[in-house]
Amino acid sequence: MAWTVDRRKFLWGTALATALPWAPALAQSQPVRIGLLTVKTGPLAQGGIQMEQGITVFLKQKNNTLAGRKVELISADTGGNPAGAKTKAQELIERDHVDFIVGPLAAFELLAITDYIQQAKVPMLSLAAADDMTQRKPNAYFVRASATSSQCCHPLGDYAAKEMKLKRVATINEDFAFGYEQVGGFQRVFEDEGGRIVKKLWTPIATPDYTPYLAQISDVDGVWNGFAGSNPIKFNQQYAELGLKSKYPVIGGWTAYDDALLKSFGDDAVGAISAAWYSSDLDTPSNKRFVADMVREYGNIPGGYAAGCYINGMCIEAALGKTGGKTDDKAKLIEALRAVSLTDTPRGAFHFDHLGNVVGNVFIRRLERKGGKLVNTIVKTYPNVSQFWTYDEKQYLAQPVYSRDYPPLKS
Amino acid sequence: MSLWLLLAVNSVTLGGLLFLLSAGFSLIFGLMRIPNLTHGSFFMLGAYLGTSFLALGLNLWLAALASAAAMAMIGGGIERLLLRRLAGQELAQVLVTLGLSFMIADLCLMEWGGDPISVDTPAGLRGAVPILSIVFPTYRLVIVIIAVVVAAALWVMLDRTRLGAMIRAGVDDAPMARITGIRVSRLFTIVFCLGAALAGFAGVMGGPILSVYPGLDADMLPLALIVVILGGTGSLPGALLGSFIIGFLYNFGQALFPELAYIILFLPMLLILVVRPQGLFGRHAP
Repeated sequence: MAWTVDRRKFLWGTALATALPWAPALAQSQPVRIGLLTVKTGPLAQGGIQMEQGITVFLKQKNNTLAGRKVELISADTGGNPAGAKTKAQELIERDHVDFIVGPLAAFELLAITDYIQQAKVPMLSLAAADDMTQRKPNAYFVRASATSSQCCHPLGDYAAKEMKLKRVATINEDFAFGYEQVGGFQRVFEDEGGRIVKKLWTPIATPDYTPYLAQISDVDGVWNGFAGSNPIKFNQQYAELGLKSKYPVIGGWTAYDDALLKSFGDDAVGAISAAWYSSDLDTPSNKRFVADMVREYGNIPGGYAAGCYINGMCIEAALGKTGGKTDDKAKLIEALRAVSLTDTPRGAFHFDHLGNVVGNVFIRRLERKGGKLVNTIVKTYPNVSQFWTYDEKQYLAQPVYSRDYPPLKS
Repeated sequence: MSLWLLLAVNSVTLGGLLFLLSAGFSLIFGLMRIPNLTHGSFFMLGAYLGTSFLALGLNLWLAALASAAAMAMIGGGIERLLLRRLAGQELAQVLVTLGLSFMIADLCLMEWGGDPISVDTPAGLRGAVPILSIVFPTYRLVIVIIAVVVAAALWVMLDRTRLGAMIRAGVDDAPMARITGIRVSRLFTIVFCLGAALAGFAGVMGGPILSVYPGLDADMLPLALIVVILGGTGSLPGALLGSFIIGFLYNFGQALFPELAYIILFLPMLLILVVRPQGLFGRHAP
């Protein structure tokens, strides 16, 4: 069939075409749309559900209004896989025309959509920790208010060497990029401060029994672990069961001792030292408010996933404040977002570096039982921690990204 | 020295847990000729139900039995209401069990949330027992005893009772068993109930070691599959031997060749499938 235009079609078409230039003005009176890429089904759902709770609590506190504009939250379940993340990101951007994307949760989801986000020019605020997203392969439309994988591990390496006086440490972690980057960060600083990593154990993500790995640990002063998801529960249970807890103190990353896991841990985890960019124990007005609301709404002490999305909400509010509520110029929007510098947030004061990654507090906590409840008590705060720690940025970036074999074990 | 001893003892205890997990899977596979892909979900659902029973104040043993009873009913329901309607269409049945596993995973997520739940070891079994140069967690040794008791009970049931004889007949040759007047379809229900109950029981027993979390189903199912393919479907001695072989491979493999963690587990399965597809003790190929 030939493509023909009759008079009516012509008139409609012309009318629409004339109206188009006005569309942005029309859009301005519409609500700001925030698309949340989260995981609500499958094994990653635990963190994903908390992400949604965090941003929902924030928007509720703000009465769904930021910088004078109504806000609409559109939540999408990626299913925790790269293909799902891509589909849902496209849906959010092309069908729902969101102004911001909050999420996704996992690094492999983020890597699947980073190029697309860059083309679509939609500012993205993610919790996924892959170091290179703000290092060797930066994305101009990306900010990360949580931390890179290695960001908390650098100060923990410092703390373990200087304050805990550990000399020889074995590490155990899942055999994937988040694990490599955590262990790499810890190893580099720990060894620069005179410590020594004597053994690195890598476990498959699904490991029902850690005993074969734990059996190989001997002649050390401490054991590092950076497990994530539900693995920390299993690990600490089995570690204590084998009687290792009384021999070698345990230190860990933020996902291993996240505050949201406290209700799942037993006494097995008491005494663990961890480094985290968020701690529900922090005494700031906004954190008190956030924790109180999370407990009231969901009965949950929040951990990093909820706090991260709450803080992302604060960043969006601050950026909208700078643009006067305008969202149509995406270049200006991401510029405003990256210039955000906040003093009172649940993680304390922070700002972004020129690559879009956070510079802020890292807390060293000790897991304790207080009044019948498990808590992570802050024992030291490292302020203004950059993703490059105290290293020079250029030199840091000239080195390869932390991997399974980098830095290598010293023989 | 103590490293090897620790690994060896742990191999036996892991084998015990694997046997509890895979005995039911093996019976179902042998009789109904389908790998029941819901088996990992039965394990997980049983474990979750167990945590609820524990929260009600039951002790671990009662919680495990209550959970097993609940799982028997759920398993029976699934067989009667779903699989029965697809009798003879094995591919359709396998797909149904796969679909059910996703549904059960999401239902668990709705009911128990995504947070992992740790299960306390019963008070009397918390300590460790000295074995030569090492100390070993008491509870894990108890798992071995339970596995042996369950294995013995199952063996008596299969080898010494009329029901057992009928099941064995069904496993060997279902059409011929039918001709002799055995109601094989009723056996299907019984075996499915039994398999689900064993999986649920194992889920609760495994709780103090594995904890309970979303994704537990997918972690356990492949292990059951390897054990049964190695040992041979429908064979109790096969499941027992397969469990201990995998227990040893898992422990020594992961300690000696950590880079090959998955290969160590699946390579023997591949070899068996190529060389002896019916498994070590199986009568016919899966």
